[in-house]
Amino acid sequence: MLRKTLFAMLATTTLAAPAAVRAEDSIFVPLFTYRTGAFGGSGTPIADGMHDYLSMLNERDGGIGGVKLAIEECETGYDTKKGLECYEAVKPKGPVVVNPWSTGITLSLIPKAAVDKIPILSMAYGLSASAQGDTFPWVFNPPDTYWDGMSMILKYIGAQAGGLDKLKGKKIGYIYLDAGFGKEPLPFLDQLAKDYGFETKLYPVAAAEMQNQSAQWLNVRRDRPDYMIMYGWGALQPTAIKEAVKIGYPMEKFISIWWPSEADAKGAGEGAVGFKTLNWHAANADFPVIKDIQKLVVEKGKSQSPKEAVGTVLYNRGVYNSMLIAEAIRNAQKLTGKKAVNGEDVRRGFETMNVDAARLKELGMDGFTGAFKLTCADHNGHRPTFVQRFDGTKYVKVSDWIEPMTDKVMPLLEADAKAYAEKNAGWPKRTEACDAK
Amino acid sequence: MMHLLYQIFIDPFVQMAGAPDLLVQTLWEGFVGGMLYALIALGFVLIFKASGVFNFAQGIMMVFAALTMVGLYEKGVPAPLALLLAIGVMYLLAVAVERLILRPLVNQPDIMLFMATFGLTYVLIGVGELIFGGSPKEVPTAQLGLPKGAYDIHAFGGLVSLQKIDIAAALIASIMVAALAVFFQKTRIGRALRAVADDHQAALSVGISLNQIWVIVWFTAGVVALATGIMWGARSDVSFSLQVIALKALPVLILGGFTSVPGAIVGGLIIGIGEKLGEFYWGPLVGGGIDSWLAYAIALAFLLFKPEGLFGEKIIERI
Repeated sequence: MLRKTLFAMLATTTLAAPAAVRAEDSIFVPLFTYRTGAFGGSGTPIADGMHDYLSMLNERDGGIGGVKLAIEECETGYDTKKGLECYEAVKPKGPVVVNPWSTGITLSLIPKAAVDKIPILSMAYGLSASAQGDTFPWVFNPPDTYWDGMSMILKYIGAQAGGLDKLKGKKIGYIYLDAGFGKEPLPFLDQLAKDYGFETKLYPVAAAEMQNQSAQWLNVRRDRPDYMIMYGWGALQPTAIKEAVKIGYPMEKFISIWWPSEADAKGAGEGAVGFKTLNWHAANADFPVIKDIQKLVVEKGKSQSPKEAVGTVLYNRGVYNSMLIAEAIRNAQKLTGKKAVNGEDVRRGFETMNVDAARLKELGMDGFTGAFKLTCADHNGHRPTFVQRFDGTKYVKVSDWIEPMTDKVMPLLEADAKAYAEKNAGWPKRTEACDAK
Repeated sequence: MMHLLYQIFIDPFVQMAGAPDLLVQTLWEGFVGGMLYALIALGFVLIFKASGVFNFAQGIMMVFAALTMVGLYEKGVPAPLALLLAIGVMYLLAVAVERLILRPLVNQPDIMLFMATFGLTYVLIGVGELIFGGSPKEVPTAQLGLPKGAYDIHAFGGLVSLQKIDIAAALIASIMVAALAVFFQKTRIGRALRAVADDHQAALSVGISLNQIWVIVWFTAGVVALATGIMWGARSDVSFSLQVIALKALPVLILGGFTSVPGAIVGGLIIGIGEKLGEFYWGPLVGGGIDSWLAYAIALAFLLFKPEGLFGEKIIERI
């Protein structure tokens, strides 16, 4: 009997041990992705970039701080309901961060973050006001909000027109996905229209009509806006570019927020030459970090990405996203002295993030993007972006770095954050300590 | 108040008269869209007539068929051969549907068959994404002999631009509709099909093979789906979001009736032209974006007065 009991105890200990070791020796990073559905065309390269960077860290460095990353994708299909299902599925596994990759999913998760102690990284999307760390201590949206993006587009347009004051009396068209994402910059656009005296023309496109936009572009043809701005995603973008070509809209005056890929423009052929988008990072593979990914992940068949997609706009966007995650985890390890950090630690890691030029070089990203820093109050950075122009095969940088209009954005962000907290009764006051010096 | 009434009832017509080129352009865009809606609706009508099933999978069949063609082309198969192989795949799909879904569910309530087409939808989505991935694909228009560019006509006080691909889409849709009408009315199989549509038991009693008819009908619907998918894909991309457009066939069917080929055509044109005119002339009054629901509103309005649709069979039940 004793022997049996001892054997049972031994067996229990032996079987339980690996689980405990696994929990100690890995950091769980779920990736909400969409490789399927109507938005899969945009979601797939981002998913590949995110996954491959983290896999590369596992292959090259054995993870972060000697702890392997447990990477798990959950397919959301860019659907808020599925995104919430993904969240509930990964929550018990102790995620250190979630990346919703959808403004709709982000908006639904924001109230949960503080309760579940899981930080949200909504990189350059989501709720613009969540940049306010004092109101949203668990949400991070670097390096820019959609409002920053709109302000930079208008600054660029203003520069083309000869100055922002020259926008007075101009007509600016805004074609957008008629969902949370596309509507996000509308209040800010209204404000800027008042400030600079231009007229806005809105062209909403429902998700169901993304590939059926001829009516919207007939309106564009009638209204003849001086410039067109696009906040699109998925199939909306290539269709909009094709329709713009079809009605002969001058491509040099068509500029988008940072989401269109090379493939989105290529489909429209030569007519798409001149189409412009914002960006804040390189769109090629000539960086040590990308070379490492190619060598250690892609060449070894551990990536789902086609080789030729590595280094494209959206693939590199995914890499950038995962770099943010990795840096937050590293910071968290430094701050706490723990190897297997948790969500609360990683939140602190985000707030102390300071990726300067020297750090970018260490990361193999020298020249890949600009330096940035987050603080307890500023979870965004509001970094400059540049304009890139499609040349028929790839995007080429055609402007200097453009700073966002922080003087316009910040007061509105503060007011919006305050309004959010007031609207959501019982919104908690920040109690989280601040590590940033 | 007067201003609002003016904007609703007068201003759109003033605009039409003031810029007839834009009116003609809008009508043209609506016509092309309508013909494609009609083709999608035809796929539904074919299957509904022969088996009484509302085939929820028609939208994804359109995507799956076009993806098969484009996917094969991307793998190095010449475009015309890829087209033929895609037709072959649609035939195999028709056989599989008949064997695995329709035959085992024969004599089951219609709702069971309807739910089975739901299942088929998700199977096709899964298989399609597994084989071809989720990224949008470009239709090799030049390799398929489809034209590019536009005819710019200076008329009606301005410019009317007719995309060659749209002309081709309208022509192909018209030819397919005419061919199907002849097939239904003039051929032996067409007559058998109509017999099955009228009464399964009576058709069986005169020796018509129900199983064979089902395969033919699903195959024909598959070919229609392939043509629609390619034509719509050539105007934008072939992606899974195209299946949502297929839902526009619902108001078309409500308008035209679930069993009428001419109804599908007329319904498609009413919806296609109606939504474009609505979005262009009345959409700006409410901030735009009304084309996503206008078609359903038109169909609902029709339902109030003609529940069986414009050309649908009037249901008279004796009690």
